[in-house]
Amino acid sequence: MSSPTPIQNAPGFRPIAPGNAEKANRDLHTISLLVRDAPGVLVRVAMVFSRRGYNIESLVVSPAARHGFSRMTVTCSGDPAILEQMIKQLAKLVDVVHALDHTSSDRYETEIALIKIRCAGEERREVLEIAEHFSAKVVDYAAESVILRVYGGSEKLDAMISLFSDDAVVELVRSGKILMTRALEVT
Amino acid sequence: MENRVPTGAEKLIQCLEREGVEYIFGYSGGAAMPIFDALVDSSIELILVRHEQGAAHMADGYARATGKPGVVLVTSGPGATNTVTGLLTSQMDSVPVIVLAGQTISAMLGKDGFQEADVTGITYAVVKHSYLLKDAADIPRATREAFHIATTGRPGPVLIDLPKDVTQGPCEAPFVDEVDLPGYHVPSHGDDVAIRQAAEILSNAKRPVLYVGHGAVISQAGKAVIRLAEKLRAPIVNTLLGKGAADETHPLHLGMLGMHGTAYANKAVDNCDCIMAIGARWDDRITGKLDEFCVDAAKIHIDIDPAEFGKMVTADVAIAGDARLVLEELIPQVSTADTEAWLDQCEQWRKRYPLKYAKQGGLRAQLVLDKLHEVTQGDAVITTDVGQHQMWAAQFCLSTTNRHWISSGGAGTMGFGFPAAIGAQLGCPDKKVWAVCGDGGFQMTQAELATAAIHKLPVKCLVINNNYLGMVRQWQELFFENRLSGVDLVGNPDFVKLAQAYGVKAMRIKRPSDVERILSEAQAYDEGPCLVVAEVVKEDNVFPMIPAGAPLSGMIVEKPKEQMAKPTGST
Repeated sequence: MSSPTPIQNAPGFRPIAPGNAEKANRDLHTISLLVRDAPGVLVRVAMVFSRRGYNIESLVVSPAARHGFSRMTVTCSGDPAILEQMIKQLAKLVDVVHALDHTSSDRYETEIALIKIRCAGEERREVLEIAEHFSAKVVDYAAESVILRVYGGSEKLDAMISLFSDDAVVELVRSGKILMTRALEVT
Repeated sequence: MENRVPTGAEKLIQCLEREGVEYIFGYSGGAAMPIFDALVDSSIELILVRHEQGAAHMADGYARATGKPGVVLVTSGPGATNTVTGLLTSQMDSVPVIVLAGQTISAMLGKDGFQEADVTGITYAVVKHSYLLKDAADIPRATREAFHIATTGRPGPVLIDLPKDVTQGPCEAPFVDEVDLPGYHVPSHGDDVAIRQAAEILSNAKRPVLYVGHGAVISQAGKAVIRLAEKLRAPIVNTLLGKGAADETHPLHLGMLGMHGTAYANKAVDNCDCIMAIGARWDDRITGKLDEFCVDAAKIHIDIDPAEFGKMVTADVAIAGDARLVLEELIPQVSTADTEAWLDQCEQWRKRYPLKYAKQGGLRAQLVLDKLHEVTQGDAVITTDVGQHQMWAAQFCLSTTNRHWISSGGAGTMGFGFPAAIGAQLGCPDKKVWAVCGDGGFQMTQAELATAAIHKLPVKCLVINNNYLGMVRQWQELFFENRLSGVDLVGNPDFVKLAQAYGVKAMRIKRPSDVERILSEAQAYDEGPCLVVAEVVKEDNVFPMIPAGAPLSGMIVEKPKEQMAKPTGST
C-alpha cells in the first residue's frame, strides 16, 4: 500500500503565492448581503455569480444579530460593470434584504487563517519567529508540526503565508473575509 | 366532521380558492394525488391537459390574457420537469404563473425515490421564487407569498414543491392574508427628480420616439402612452410583446420595431434624438448592434425592475416604477415640442417602405394573416407560436387592445401558441381567440387538441403550413448559402385529418381566393375548437430584417442579390 499523496503535492493545490494575491487584490470587490435564513438562499446567490462566469474568491455565511436572518460576505474579482449588474440581481432576490458593494466604503475588514507548518528542530525557531512578527498564536504544538492561528487583513495573511515554502505548509484554512462598515452605517 | 382538521392538500386548495383561482391546468400522478383528491370538492375547475408543457403554456396564456395568475398542478419528477420550458417562457416574459409540483415524501428526499427530482434545484434559474415545503403549517403562508410575488412588481413564475406527506397530513395553520417579505421591494411611483429630468429631455427633443414594451401591457399604461404621444407629438413604436398596449392603429403609431419590425419604425428609432423605453428592456432583437444603437439620442428608461437599468443600455434618466403611474406623473410636466418636421419624416418613411408581399405565386402566409386581421377586425385575442408566422402575424395583425396579443418573446418557445390560446379562451370566454402556429411548433403541443375538444372551447387554430422550419430555413438561405439542414418537415401529418381524429372541426386553405371565406367560417364557428390549415408557399422570407448583430441601419427590406455574411449576434 502506497502512502497517501501529501495534499500540497496533489494536482490543483496551490497556496496563494504573493504574485497571485497581489493580482487578485487589484480589482477585488467585497459585497455584504443580509438575507433571510431560508433554504436555497445560498444557491440563488451563488447562481447570480456563476451564471455570469464570475468566480467567488471567498464566501462567509453566519447568523445575523436579527433572528431568522443571515449575513453573507462575498469577495470576488472581475469587471466592475458586470459586478454592478450582479448586485442589482442579488438585491432582486426575494430572500435578499440588501446587497451592498463595499469596495469604496470606509470599512473594517478581517480574516482568520489556520496554518499547519511542518517543522522540527532548527526550522521551528524560524517558524515561531515569523509567527511572532504577525502576532499569530500557536494553537497546536506537535513533534513535527505547529498550527498557527493568525487574523487580520487578508493582505497580512497573504504576506505571512508567503514566507513559508510550499513544502512547509501542510494545510491551510482561511475563513474568507468578513467586514463591517465603520461608525453607525449598516453593512 | 365539521371540525375535522383539513389535510395539507385541502388547505392548499382552500388557499387557492381564496386567491380567486378559477382553473388549474394539470396532469395527475402519484405524488400529487392528495391534491387532485382535494380538487374533487373544490369550486376550482381542473383542466386536464395531455402534457405538462401544455399545462404550463395554458396557465401562461390565461395569465397574459386576464392579468390574473395562471395555476399549474403536476406530479413529481418528470411531471414537474415537463414544466421547465413553460417556466422559462413565463420567466423571460414576466408572466405570473404558479406551479404546484407534487414531490416524493419528505423522508425520501435526496434518496432517489421513485419519481423524485430535485425540482426546486432544477428550476432555480427559471423562476422568480420557489418553495420546498417540508411542513404543512407553511402551506397558507407560502401560497399567499407565492401569489403576491408572482403578481406584483415585475411578475414572474413561482414554484411550490409539495412532498406527498405534507399534502396528505393535517394542516392546522390558519389562512394568511399579510405577507412579510423584508427582502421584496416593489417600486410603484417613480422618483420625482428623475421624472422632472425626463420631462425636460422629452420637451426639448426634436425627434422623440416612445418605445413601448410588455411592461406597458402589464401595467395598463397604453392610454397614458397615447396621451403622452399626442401631447409631445411623438411617434410610438412597440416591441413584439408590447403590441396592443397602445393601439397600433393610432396615427402616431409606427408599429413594431426590431429585427422584423417595420422599416419606418426602425428608421425612426435609428434617427431619433430621444428614445424613451416604457416597460421595455432593450432586448437584442430590438437594438441590433448595441454599439451603434441610438448613439447620439438621449435615453430615458422606465422599468419596475431596477436590475434592467444599465443591463444593455445606460440611460440618461432611469425611473424605477410602474409604467402607468410614472407616465401619469410625467404627462403634466411635458410641454409640446416642435416635432412636425419629424412626424412628416416618419410619414414619408411609412409611405416609402410599407409592409408588402407578392400577391401572385401561390398562397402567401402574409395574405392569410392580413386577412385574419380583417376578419377579426383587430378584436380577437391572438396567440402565436414562434417563427416566420409569428413575425408575419405581428406585422399584419395590428393589435388595438391590451392583452389581446400573446406571444413567446424572450424565450421564443415553440409549442407555446396553441396551449396559450386554450388558456386565453378559458380566461376570456366572450372573446374570439386565435392561435397562429407554424407546422413545426404546432406539432410540439398538438395533443392539446384533445383538451380544447373536451371543454368545447371555441378556440381557433390557424396552422401556417409550409412544411419547413421556415425561419431557420430563411437564415440558412440568407447566411448559410442555402445549405438546408434540419429544416425540412417532411412527414407532417394531414393536419385536417389529425384534427378530425380528435373530433375537432377542421378546414384547409389552398388558394388565395379561399382565405377570406374559410377564416370567416372559422371565426363564426363557436361550438368547439376549429383548426384551419393554410397550405402556403414553401419558400418565403420575412422582411424587413435586421441580421442578428447588425445595427438598425443594416436593415434589409427585400432579399439581397448577394450572399450575406454569417450573422454575429445571438441566434
